Amino acid sequence: MGKLIAATGNQAVAQAMRQIDPHVVAAYPITPQTDVVEEFAAFVADGVVATEFVPVESEHSSMSTVIGASAAGVRAMTATSSQGLALMWEMLYIAAGLRLPIVMPVANRALSAPINIHGDQSDTMGARDSGWIQLYCKNQQEAYDTLIQAIRIAEHDSVRLPVMVCYDGFIVSHSLAGMELLEDDQVKAFIGKHKALHPLLDTKNPVTYGPLALFDYYFEFRRQLVEGMARAANVIEEVAEEYARLSGRYYGRYEKYNMDDAEIGVLVLGSAASTAEVVVDELRAQGVKAGLLRLRSFRPFPKAELARELSHLKALCVLDRADSPGALGGPVGVEVRSALLESAKRPAVINGIFGLGGRDTTVDLITTVYHRLMKIVDTGTVDEPLFYLGVRGGNNNGRELEAAIPQARATR
Amino acid sequence: MKAKQKAAPPAATKALAPQEKPGWTDIPIGAVVVEAGNGVNYQTGDWRSERPVVDVDKCIHCLFCWVFCPDNAVVLHNEKFKSINYYHCKGCGICSAECPVKVITMVEEAKAQSNANDSGAADGDGNLSPKAVGKGG
Ligand code: SF4
Ligand code: SF4
Repeated sequence: MGKLIAATGNQAVAQAMRQIDPHVVAAYPITPQTDVVEEFAAFVADGVVATEFVPVESEHSSMSTVIGASAAGVRAMTATSSQGLALMWEMLYIAAGLRLPIVMPVANRALSAPINIHGDQSDTMGARDSGWIQLYCKNQQEAYDTLIQAIRIAEHDSVRLPVMVCYDGFIVSHSLAGMELLEDDQVKAFIGKHKALHPLLDTKNPVTYGPLALFDYYFEFRRQLVEGMARAANVIEEVAEEYARLSGRYYGRYEKYNMDDAEIGVLVLGSAASTAEVVVDELRAQGVKAGLLRLRSFRPFPKAELARELSHLKALCVLDRADSPGALGGPVGVEVRSALLESAKRPAVINGIFGLGGRDTTVDLITTVYHRLMKIVDTGTVDEPLFYLGVRGGNNNGRELEAAIPQARATR
Repeated sequence: MKAKQKAAPPAATKALAPQEKPGWTDIPIGAVVVEAGNGVNYQTGDWRSERPVVDVDKCIHCLFCWVFCPDNAVVLHNEKFKSINYYHCKGCGICSAECPVKVITMVEEAKAQSNANDSGAADGDGNLSPKAVGKGG
């Protein structure tokens, strides 16, 4: 049994980074990730870690620095949020394209404008096609556990891809929770020694990173990347099982809650799942067969598994904490619909955009989502395939929702 | 010139047709080039719109062209100018600009080819292979 502590999500992440003790960390502080950098810089100053810490002038530079360090042949990490991630953009694709196993915690935050520092997943959802593995965490403990596992996933011989470990800004990053730390040597043994592939500093075996690959080779390298991503699916599961043997905590690519016999279900990523669990418990107590599926691995996307786990439902709502203006729905909603398309039997699917800019997503609000699903099952019709949960104004959404809240309360 | 003789780069292969190039399962990941000095295999001669033609009789063998050529396309023999390797020469004209006695003329590639009646890939000695590069000195 490890050490029990009270930690915010950022502190949990900083503790994991201390135990990982990467060779190089280059980071720039940005809300809500700031404490990660602050706490880690203190570990460096106190000599608790051997890390070469590079304070940089921007996130473009932090990602560039860890790319250089990783290509040189060492374990390199950074951390960011929101605008910082946006500023890294071109380097994100380069990290993945060069197949560098960089691990980066991201405290999810909305993107400007208008400026907002609170949690939604617009930042990382926008980076979904960058070739990074994306794992979304529910709470402080999971952010810690996932970061440690991410090192193994990223550096796995059959993967060699960078990993983002995402946790909701403020809701997870700044709130305090009880959690368990593994012993330092347990983490050290679990992650093992860093194995570099084609290190630039190996002057006896000179290599070139970042050559030009035009119409004759570019396509082949992109195809390789897709394969690395596909192989990551099994590796995530293998690493999760090994980690469970060590810690007693298991996290696969997704997590089910009362799902197997459910008739209606919600699919969501991140901390909102904790709230939804409360709603499921309440509805179950009333005899409603409600379930929940929390997706952890958005990249790679577990298409076949989701089709299998969701097809028995009568109605499903995918909740997206990010929007894709002009698209058919949020990024997760669109993809889950596609995943279900090949199933002979599939639920009616609706998609709700929620919690943008950190808008509080309460038990009441999520209860209205299940009520929508109950109505769909009762009437057999879908009125609103895409809705904005709890937004004010407009002809129907806001008012409909406000009306639904007292009703939702009444049923509890 | 007492420069140490460098190891010869890998022998050049003929440019491969698109379908002959290796597939995604057969190349190192991340576009990392693991073979040192393999630029010798890369034909840049077909980028040329003008080619340097050297009046060797008037050449004073100062080797400025050899120093300045960005493509290592000037071939030496016994520390003297020998020829231009047209497999790699991309026709930038730097040698022509730097030659102190102005004996390198840039000739339009199409004209040079019809004059010489060749493919434009052969070097000054008619070799299609770029092997001579790097052996100078
Ligand atoms: S620069 Fe001119 S003179 Fe000097 S070696 Fe080259 S061709 Fe001859
Ligand atoms: S034209 Fe340019 S590439 Fe060709 S030999 Fe002269 S300097 Fe080299």
